[in-house]
Amino acid sequence: MHTQYVVGVTAVLEIEGLRKTYRSRRKGARRALDGFDMVVEAGQVHGFLGPNGSGKTTTLRTLLGLIRPNGGRMAILGEEVPARLSSVAGRVGAIVESPQFFPHFSAQDTLSLLADAGEVPQARVAEVLELVGLRDRAKERVKTYSLGMKQRLAVASALLKNPQLLILDEPANGLDPGGIREMRDLMRQLSASGMTVVLSSHILGEVQQICDSVTIISLGRRVASGPVAEVLAQHSGGGVVVRLESAGDLSSAAQVLVAAGARVDLKPDHLLVTGVDKPAWVTRTLAGRELYVSELAPVTVDLESVFLELTGTAPVAGQHRQVDQSVEVPA
Amino acid sequence: MKGLIKAEVRRLVKRRITRLMAVLLVLGLGAIAVAFTVGSQKVGPAQVAAAEAEAQRQYEESLRWHEQMVADCEAAKARGEDITQRFPPDCGNEPGYAPQREQFDASWNLPYEFHFREQFGVFISIFAGIVALFGFIVGASYVGAEWHTGGMMNLLLWRPRRLSVLFTKLGVLLGGVLAVTVVLGALWTAAFWFIGRYDGQTGKMTQGAWESFALSGARGAGLVLAVTAVAFGLASLGRHTAMALGVAVGVGVVSEIGMRIALGIAEIRFADRWVLSTYALAWFEKRWELQDWRACNISFSGQCEPDMFVVTWQQSALVFGVGTAAVLAAAIWLMRSRDIT
Repeated sequence: MHTQYVVGVTAVLEIEGLRKTYRSRRKGARRALDGFDMVVEAGQVHGFLGPNGSGKTTTLRTLLGLIRPNGGRMAILGEEVPARLSSVAGRVGAIVESPQFFPHFSAQDTLSLLADAGEVPQARVAEVLELVGLRDRAKERVKTYSLGMKQRLAVASALLKNPQLLILDEPANGLDPGGIREMRDLMRQLSASGMTVVLSSHILGEVQQICDSVTIISLGRRVASGPVAEVLAQHSGGGVVVRLESAGDLSSAAQVLVAAGARVDLKPDHLLVTGVDKPAWVTRTLAGRELYVSELAPVTVDLESVFLELTGTAPVAGQHRQVDQSVEVPA
Repeated sequence: MKGLIKAEVRRLVKRRITRLMAVLLVLGLGAIAVAFTVGSQKVGPAQVAAAEAEAQRQYEESLRWHEQMVADCEAAKARGEDITQRFPPDCGNEPGYAPQREQFDASWNLPYEFHFREQFGVFISIFAGIVALFGFIVGASYVGAEWHTGGMMNLLLWRPRRLSVLFTKLGVLLGGVLAVTVVLGALWTAAFWFIGRYDGQTGKMTQGAWESFALSGARGAGLVLAVTAVAFGLASLGRHTAMALGVAVGVGVVSEIGMRIALGIAEIRFADRWVLSTYALAWFEKRWELQDWRACNISFSGQCEPDMFVVTWQQSALVFGVGTAAVLAAAIWLMRSRDIT
């Protein structure tokens, strides 16, 4: 499913038709981005999802000027990038992939040097260290930090500029459950303060909880985008779960509904009915044949199942899926 | 821009390798200066008199040995023994065979006396070589570790103008190394002048002599900066300190050992003209002569003179200048065009 997502005037991030092909003498050409589109509206927490090797990190690095695109258009905060990246860089905080810092400097030194380089007041260093919970360990060398602490430092470095747009690639990577919750609260807090957050993550439960909208990428192309509820609704199939007072009537109820034009999947203790406009139609149709419904519930899908469906990366028994082995799902 | 320069100066000074190498540099240079302070001794009348006395003692001892040998020889001859194997002809009685006083030069027994004007030029070369090594390690590590640990990528997220970042880093590095060279160079000169003044001789230090040292110092500083820039460029190209160190070892092995052996086997004339160290020597000495002893050019005096190939400091400047420019150009081009993945 390819969702049309209308570009609003408040878009802080716009990508259109982005293309990037990696060429290597040994491995030949590999198309990482194949006309990718993405829009993020101001003030949102936007989830950027995709399987490994789908082009997420390439997109973020290209957006941030680390990789040169082969084509397409990008804009951040209304400024075309990479041409005007230097004028918006001060308003964009980002961490890309795993946090990497000079191991022999402390967190305090690392942030202080970045503050100097970015001409940010040194007082801000203490603020962000407090914000990410590293205040008491700030003077220790980064090499002594756990992955989660390095992740916190990375977030702190991105927040140092007090950015309008915050781009975080896997910020929960390596965090303990408490840290994940703190990170979630921080995202909400930042969003509430007016900051736009783009969040790339594989923890889809988290994304579903904190993101207002999502973009799903597969094989270098956008396969879904829009508000989370909308994306879920578009992929729920409009099905309803139907249970009867007597499980022995399921078979005859199925026949009645099929005869009435619905698609029915007979399960041991319920029917899965699709192709109906309104759930009440099921109740009415069955009641007309003296079959009484005990439970009627719309089928709900979560982001994980939508993700797996759209990217074709759901595990298949007996198969070992390889990285990059997504399948194109018909629109 | 000011902020970036300030951050880079702080980063350079804060790095452990910079501090460690600076301490080793000061200790190494200090050790050499101390060794010469201890080793050099001012030569006065007392030292000359002692040297003369020692020369006389050595002459007399040698004469005693000679007389003993003559006596032993005469005795052996009287016994009818074959003396030709053990003793000189005529038992050493030939005129001029006996030790002569003038053969025992008192100056051989004088203590080492450092002569500032005559010898300090060599010490400028030694200083430049040691500081160049410092510049190479610090320069390679400064940018190599930044790339390797992801620090450069972080910085580029803040400062997306890549060339501006690269030039700032290079400028700060060269400025820092130049400052170290100038400060330590001044201390080095002062140390050896004091050694000459109090433990040796300064010689007549004319303005021309000081200018000559200043020019040698400037050439030395130029080499230090070129080596530092090459190390920076190589580490930036390879995004790792090891790239610069690897190339340095590779060039050392290929140029100084491999080329010498290969050109020697091929009997190429003036083989050393293809070896980098020849150009370093010419740079310091202003000119370096290579000789081909297989050729014989008859001189006015009838002697056989070898063919000669002269490497000038201008040629060295060209070799080092082009090499440095090529490495930096490649680093700049790659910095502009590479995908940072």
